[in-house]
Amino acid sequence: MMVEKFSQLFKAKNAIVAIPWLWLAIFFLLPFVFVLKISISEALLAQPPYDTILREVDEGLITLKINFGNYLLLFEDSLYFEALLGSLEIATLSTLLCLLIGYPMAYGIASAPKAWRLTLLMLIVLPFWTSFLIRVYAWIGLLKANGLINAALMAIGLIDEPLDILYTNTAVYIGVVYNYLPFLILPLYATLVRLDRTLLEAAADLGCPPWRQFLSITLPQSMPGILAGCMLVFIPVMGEFVIPDLLGGPDTLMLGKLMWMEFFNNKDWPLASALAVVLLVLLVVPFIVMRHYEVKATEELS
Amino acid sequence: MTLDSQMTLGNASVNGVTNGAANTTNDDEPIVRIENLTKAFGNTYAVDDISLTIHKGEFFSLLGASGCGKSTLLRMIAGFEMPTSGKIFIDGKEISKVPAYKRPVNMMFQSYALFPHMSVEENIGFGLKQEGMPQSLRQERIDEMMALVQINKFSKRKPHQLSGGQRQRVALARALAKHPKILLLDEPLGALDKKLREKTQFELMNIQDRLGITFIVVTHDQEEAMTMSSRIALMREGRVEQIDAPRRMYEFPVTRYAADFIGLANLFEGHVVSQHNDDVVIYSDITGGQIRVHYSQPLLPGMAVCVALRPEKLLLYTEHKDEANRIQGVIKEIAYLGDVSIYHVELASGYTVKFTQSNILALAEQPLTWGQTVSLGWHSHSCGVLTQ
Repeated sequence: MMVEKFSQLFKAKNAIVAIPWLWLAIFFLLPFVFVLKISISEALLAQPPYDTILREVDEGLITLKINFGNYLLLFEDSLYFEALLGSLEIATLSTLLCLLIGYPMAYGIASAPKAWRLTLLMLIVLPFWTSFLIRVYAWIGLLKANGLINAALMAIGLIDEPLDILYTNTAVYIGVVYNYLPFLILPLYATLVRLDRTLLEAAADLGCPPWRQFLSITLPQSMPGILAGCMLVFIPVMGEFVIPDLLGGPDTLMLGKLMWMEFFNNKDWPLASALAVVLLVLLVVPFIVMRHYEVKATEELS
Repeated sequence: MTLDSQMTLGNASVNGVTNGAANTTNDDEPIVRIENLTKAFGNTYAVDDISLTIHKGEFFSLLGASGCGKSTLLRMIAGFEMPTSGKIFIDGKEISKVPAYKRPVNMMFQSYALFPHMSVEENIGFGLKQEGMPQSLRQERIDEMMALVQINKFSKRKPHQLSGGQRQRVALARALAKHPKILLLDEPLGALDKKLREKTQFELMNIQDRLGITFIVVTHDQEEAMTMSSRIALMREGRVEQIDAPRRMYEFPVTRYAADFIGLANLFEGHVVSQHNDDVVIYSDITGGQIRVHYSQPLLPGMAVCVALRPEKLLLYTEHKDEANRIQGVIKEIAYLGDVSIYHVELASGYTVKFTQSNILALAEQPLTWGQTVSLGWHSHSCGVLTQ
């Protein structure tokens, strides 16, 4: 009886553990296999616009046709490398900007009286109740030549003619930082709010002035939160399409935008898929490395 | 080596103080002087108009139940709380408004507050680094400190890789590393188990003796305070109830609270009948008769007072017939503690008197048992008179 019960329990536990794995297999791994398949096939003017890689030639004879040409093209044509650099630049810089703006905010919320914290957090999350797309569109209204910002600056006499912000990289930075800031603040807040304040007292007691307390205690102690927040900003921005497309100009060269163009403008699904695979690999590897470091850091803190 | 040579200096002065801790002849400026110190949180006074002085080399305990304000007082000396009013002087200089990081005191935290991302060495060297001490000197001092608390083996470990006892040592070493004038210890032994606590008590005393640093310890454990301190300040509701050496605190408590808080006490409420020289006669309903007490302060006849009597001062009347005072009762309960047994004896008035007997013999010839009627006596010098 007992043994049976145990084995049942064991099975139930397995089933529960299996659910997320199953989820990942169906909604991540399987689509990825499709994308991988398309990336190694040849483009066709057909519906769907790519060739199958497995074909029955004769009875029982199957040919496997793999085309690495898409990948080769990615490395041969400098456009893709430039787009990668562009994405890297925008993702890195906007992550840094988010950190610079978000850290003081997260710190402020974590140091606020307990009764205030929830309200302040709500204020951070509040914009999310509006659709992402609408929020990006709203920036067009704010940034355009006769938009609110230019009109205001001209009205107070700070500038004589409207600033060219919209359809430049500056607009992309504004859009990215605005939209991704909460993703950095929330994990950072979670780390900072758990920070043991007696550690700061101990540091002060040993002769450490406040600014150095921050550098030698608060900053290293909040590293897991910084890493998590930065990843949550950096990774999606690398593949970001909507913001550069709506706010960026012709100079804005990003992988996400390029991918969209290959898919919908050039109808070159295999090339776009190859691009997607390369981006995924480029992101997953550093992610695993960082994750490893983060797990180690969290273990040390606990 | 440097440690030892420095310590000999401290040693001489410490011995001078500790040897005569109870009746010190320190007329020089005290290392800590607290004047009318008050700390209010809203409408409650955590520390209420406290004045006291602590002398160099003392092992001073702030003792009291939780919420009595002892920790707040310590935190004000450290600089983590700013006083609402009153002044704190260290070495003659007022430091009431000096920020914590500029005060010549160091603190050992109850939670130890070791920096989790730093090794044992880095933790101990942290304060020295803040001073800008050069690396070579710093390492020397770190090594001294680790030797002092015997944790050299763990120098490279992180706090989470240490046991509770080892962490406590690191915290102590870190607080001592800067050779502060005063070391503040907040429940330093609170997180240790009983055996380790007793062992560490003596180590703390030893270290204090060797370094000659003034220790101010916050504790709720009266036994701990009694063992380690040269003087104890008993606190209650933000005020100091009594400041005395442990022995005087136990033998001559000045208030009912002090008598009751430290050790066991039988308190007989009554009033003064007469006083001739130092011989006082007090009548108490509890004992149903007169009590003769030796007391040198003047008392007025009719004054309400309380006689405090320690359980071990009560003797079996059958063996000690010449005692001045005598009571009779029935044994209701016996608690065997190994070294002694505590007997609860109910008097005719209904009051339960506690008295202890050493268990000298493994099997006593005539053990006292439940329900037995006993006569107890005590000497007029063995009890005190409490007027507060």
